[in-house]
Amino acid sequence: MTDTSTQPSGPVLAADGTPLKRSLNRALRRQKIRALMLIAPLLLFILITFIWPIAQMLFRSVENQIVSDVLPSTVASLADWDGAEGTTPGDETFYALTQDLMAAVVRKDHTRLGSRLNYETTGISSLFRKSGRKVDDMGEVYTDQFVGLDDAWEDPATWVALMADLRWVAAQSEWDGEGDEPAFRLNADAANALPKTAAAYQTFATTIQIEDNDSPTEEEPWNTVYLALYADLSADASTQVDGAQSELIATAAAEVGSFETEDLRASFVDIDEDWDTHDTWSTIKTYSPDLTNGYFLNAVDLQKTPDGSEWRPENEQIYIELFWRTLLMSFAITASCILLGYPVAWLLANLPMRSANILMILVLLPFWTSLLVRTSAWKVLLQDQGVINSLLVWIGVIADDNRLALINNATGTIIAMTHILLPFMILPLYSVMKTIPPTYLRAAKSLGATNWTAFWRVYFPQSVPGIGAGSILVFILAIGYYITPEIVGGTKGVFISNRIAYHISSSLNWGLAAALGSILLALVLLFYWLYDKIVGIDNVKLGG
Amino acid sequence: MTVMMTAAERAASKDNLIGFTMPITALLGAILGVLAGKAVGLGLPIGVLTGAVVGAVFAFVLARYFPRKLGRWFAVLTLGLVGFLTGSFGGFVAGAIAGAAIGWCAYWLFTGEYRKGVPPYATTGQVLWHNGFRLICGLIFFFLIAPILTVIPLSFNAQDFFTFTPEMLALDPAGYSLKHYEDFLTNSDWLRPLKNSLIIAPFATMISVSLGTLAAIGLSQSHVPFRQAIMAIMISPMIVPLIISATGMFFFYSQMGLWMESTFGISQSLSGYIKVILAHAALGIPFVIITVTATLVGFDQSLTRAAANMGANPTTTFFRVQMPLILPGVISGGLFAFITSFDEVVVVLFVGAAAQKTLPWQMFTGLREQISPTILAVATILVVISIGLLTTVELLRRRSERLRGMSPG
Amino acid sequence: MKLTKTLLATSYLTLTATMAVSDGHMASEMTIVSWGGAYTASQQAAYHDPYMENTGIAIINDDSSSEGIAKMRAMNEAGNITWDLVDLEAADAIRACDEGLALEIDHDADLAAAPDGTSASEDFGDMIVSECFIPQIVFSTTFGYRTDMLADGAVAPKGACDVFDLETYPGRRGLNRQPIANMEWALLCDGVAYEDVYDILETEQGQEQAFAMLDTIKSETIWWSSAAESIQLLADGEVFMASSYNGRLFAAIVEQDQPFGMAWNWQMFDLDGWVVPAGLSEERLARTMDFLNFATDTQRLADQAKYISYGPARASSAPLVGKHATLGIDMAPHMPTDPNNAENTFVNNYEWWADYRDDLDAKFQAWLAQ
Repeated sequence: MTDTSTQPSGPVLAADGTPLKRSLNRALRRQKIRALMLIAPLLLFILITFIWPIAQMLFRSVENQIVSDVLPSTVASLADWDGAEGTTPGDETFYALTQDLMAAVVRKDHTRLGSRLNYETTGISSLFRKSGRKVDDMGEVYTDQFVGLDDAWEDPATWVALMADLRWVAAQSEWDGEGDEPAFRLNADAANALPKTAAAYQTFATTIQIEDNDSPTEEEPWNTVYLALYADLSADASTQVDGAQSELIATAAAEVGSFETEDLRASFVDIDEDWDTHDTWSTIKTYSPDLTNGYFLNAVDLQKTPDGSEWRPENEQIYIELFWRTLLMSFAITASCILLGYPVAWLLANLPMRSANILMILVLLPFWTSLLVRTSAWKVLLQDQGVINSLLVWIGVIADDNRLALINNATGTIIAMTHILLPFMILPLYSVMKTIPPTYLRAAKSLGATNWTAFWRVYFPQSVPGIGAGSILVFILAIGYYITPEIVGGTKGVFISNRIAYHISSSLNWGLAAALGSILLALVLLFYWLYDKIVGIDNVKLGG
Repeated sequence: MTVMMTAAERAASKDNLIGFTMPITALLGAILGVLAGKAVGLGLPIGVLTGAVVGAVFAFVLARYFPRKLGRWFAVLTLGLVGFLTGSFGGFVAGAIAGAAIGWCAYWLFTGEYRKGVPPYATTGQVLWHNGFRLICGLIFFFLIAPILTVIPLSFNAQDFFTFTPEMLALDPAGYSLKHYEDFLTNSDWLRPLKNSLIIAPFATMISVSLGTLAAIGLSQSHVPFRQAIMAIMISPMIVPLIISATGMFFFYSQMGLWMESTFGISQSLSGYIKVILAHAALGIPFVIITVTATLVGFDQSLTRAAANMGANPTTTFFRVQMPLILPGVISGGLFAFITSFDEVVVVLFVGAAAQKTLPWQMFTGLREQISPTILAVATILVVISIGLLTTVELLRRRSERLRGMSPG
Repeated sequence: MKLTKTLLATSYLTLTATMAVSDGHMASEMTIVSWGGAYTASQQAAYHDPYMENTGIAIINDDSSSEGIAKMRAMNEAGNITWDLVDLEAADAIRACDEGLALEIDHDADLAAAPDGTSASEDFGDMIVSECFIPQIVFSTTFGYRTDMLADGAVAPKGACDVFDLETYPGRRGLNRQPIANMEWALLCDGVAYEDVYDILETEQGQEQAFAMLDTIKSETIWWSSAAESIQLLADGEVFMASSYNGRLFAAIVEQDQPFGMAWNWQMFDLDGWVVPAGLSEERLARTMDFLNFATDTQRLADQAKYISYGPARASSAPLVGKHATLGIDMAPHMPTDPNNAENTFVNNYEWWADYRDDLDAKFQAWLAQ
């Protein structure tokens, strides 16, 4: 395409001498860029303040770091357990659990982990809370015996000298008490000679520094550190360390053989028998990875097991039914909106402008009245002793002891939601019907069509886009509603959104809420996509 | 509204009086009689019979001897008086309503007004269908405003519950009171939310309208890449169930609030307002996009080209040519955005703090924690204001049409 | 025309913007979270109003205590604490403390001593059920019934077990949409001895037994989720009998002249008090502690009892409880602790509930949804 101007029979040129094609392309590109510039601010605004936060929220449906964060060494040690039915993990795991739980209790993390695992197996929350309250006594028997050997074991300074890196000791002594104490660092030799003790001490030192603003130089270690020391020394009685503490260690190493011991498993089982069950441990193991599909399985009434997934017990299956109910009731609401909205829109579109505008006020008025107020008004109208029932009883249509159940069930939800969403049906219908010339109907009639045929064969097909626009609007809004069903729906008239709201603000199971929300959103998008394919989203109009 | 009748029609309607108007009015009277009989305790047969007789007699007397206006008042006052004698004030109101209904019905039938909307050649069935259809529409309109009609009297309840007390039903003045209105106007728990709503909703509307209009114009151009996807993203705040949006926004705006406070040093309260305003702006945007896009579909792009041809720069073109033409769409989108923010409770409960609580927030917690008709008083005030606004808009429209010499539609 | 419009719009915007900004600079505001309704009103009259008058600090009420724990946890996770002080039930306070959502308090150092010099911790005594908890009141969950819906000649219901007696007392019941209290009553009325209730409730069979008992009235029950709702249900005659808090029932009966009676037998004693959310800035914490010191002193707690029939948590406040602030009636007979009302009382085991709340909530909600 280069240098086309020299060719006599070249392409058409624009006024400035460039080939028309290129010139047009450039103009087109410029137009595209201009359009995108106009769109960009809003697009960015929505992407950043809306789409991104929601994506983050929905990510919670697979996020599961809490287990490995709170119980790191337990999770590591559970890798060795095969999880076979009827077995529980070995003593090593109970040792790891003691270490992890002690730190978690100080960080106050164990209750959250308990709540998290309780979503999967009820009973684990109380298990963790109860155990958390007693875990600081575990290993005390070792503390007493070490201190019995030598009072120096009670002295924080002994431990610092044994465990701390010299550079940290120097930095710590220079620290002026302003701001945070330098973060504790472990001495590499101690870590080699006494690996478990070093790990336990590191956890202890870091935790108290962060959580309580305490210094390892002033605090006696937790019982779990002594427990670790016992574990190290009893595993290898010939352990030696250099420096001032070598004698202390040597004495202790010689004596640990005759120490009174504590069976950690027994201590845990003593707090709660559930520690001795396969279920508890299998739940912890199943949910130890950082990402999980468990929430999504729960959201469709399945449960995660070590070997895949299985149905939940019959009496715990609620979500699939709820999704169904949400869909069916949204359809029912959409249908009744069409039924009630169509005549009104027709009337509005065919009345003279003056009268139509006045009647339009009646349509818009509920729109301008708080949703909450309208819903509570429906409560007043529909309830057992409410206006409608009382009126019917008074007239004698129904007996006093046989009042209609209009509220706290699906009927209540459908009535109230139809009312609330009706304007969303009338407005798009009205704007479509406005554009249908009344002459068509007259022409059809003058050609011999009956009223019904004229309407059904001529008018109705032209109003279908309005029905489509109204329906998708009503349906999508209905499917995600939760305040109205909450107030008038009782237990049988609530939607999946109510369950999501419950998990967000009562049970705090955000992961499950996010999973249910993702499924709901997928459903909504599916309907949106179908609608866009069939009718086109540009055809949705509100009023005018 | 009087319908001019030809002499022939008048003659026909005289024949119709006994065979048509009187029986149907009697039927209406019978139905009202059932209610009246119940109220007074006369029993069903007597109520029906009395009602039918009263209906027929009134139809005859009114049609024969009274001009329309006078006749209606006569019916209202006579039956009102009868009601008053049997059931004091409440009886008077009920009687007057019954009188108005019978009077209206008698003249409506007698003068042939009921055929007004249909061509003269229409069959009885068509006339019946025409009026039946209007009755159905009337009932649907009643369904639409029934909750509002419930709310208004309850807001004058002398008790602190959402219940029609026996005193209220007997129209006893002691059952009514203005105390909930007084509470609204003096209680800082209500005035503060009112102020917050009036701060948050207009700002949120401005943001959604300005960003939304620009984007809608951009989207309406002919060669926009990924148009469908962009449209879907912009409509998303309306599609995503609110509870999901609210939770997502909570975490996002908490971070953003902390960032604003530390970077710009603004107070927690101001950053709270900004957070709620931005969140509400996002929720209002789909409405602006939908309405403005719809207006732009009918917009003739050659107008902007013509303006450009005549030397106007794009800004001038926008404000002088495009904007005035799409203004109705922009305004109606703006109204939707405003009401979205003004009536929004879920997101503000998550994103806002108590210092930013809006009217719907206060109503929501009010309904949950202290069911008090003050909420209904607030609602009534808002209804009255919106009726006022909507009526003003309609009157202004009529006036401008008159000024422009157009005949009102 | 155009000019006026522009002017109007500009002035509105400037006005609201200034209002918003000036609000922002009004630094001395604190948000206090409580239960709303008659209860917040009593707090407002007894301590918020006097405190605002003394200090000029504006107190904003947020009636969100019913979802207090959930919101505190969300705020904690997002690092954005907008609450300064939260009113919670004892079991929730223990939970908040366990989860690190609430600040631990040194009761003697932070709270005022009794007028006679008794230290705060001694004055509150057993009521301090957690290190984070500052008790305010003793309340009870008990039953109200419609006196006018009682069948002719029927004996008025006496207490919790009459709820399960559909034969003598037909009609709907209103119960709280949560396991606390309902589970205990179900077991108790199914013949379990008072001392054994929690031991049995801890077991799978015990829970099934309680649900089976609740099953007998499930179809006749409307579940309420806020105290105001329970009273509204009674006021509308939607239910014959409903559980509610004794102070709310008192307000409805005495202040609103509603035709309700109270059935006190096996009322459930519970505690309510403040917790301070963890993570407040130093300045806000200092303000909160100053308010706490004022609001929980002997006189203030006694004052609260003038407005609502809940017993003050301080021993030293009890003798100061007098008459109702506006009606002038004696408050003592309406207190849950009055011997006439306290023939059989059930003391809520807060610690047990702190441990088992998650477990039973999950089961209860699943049971409800069936």
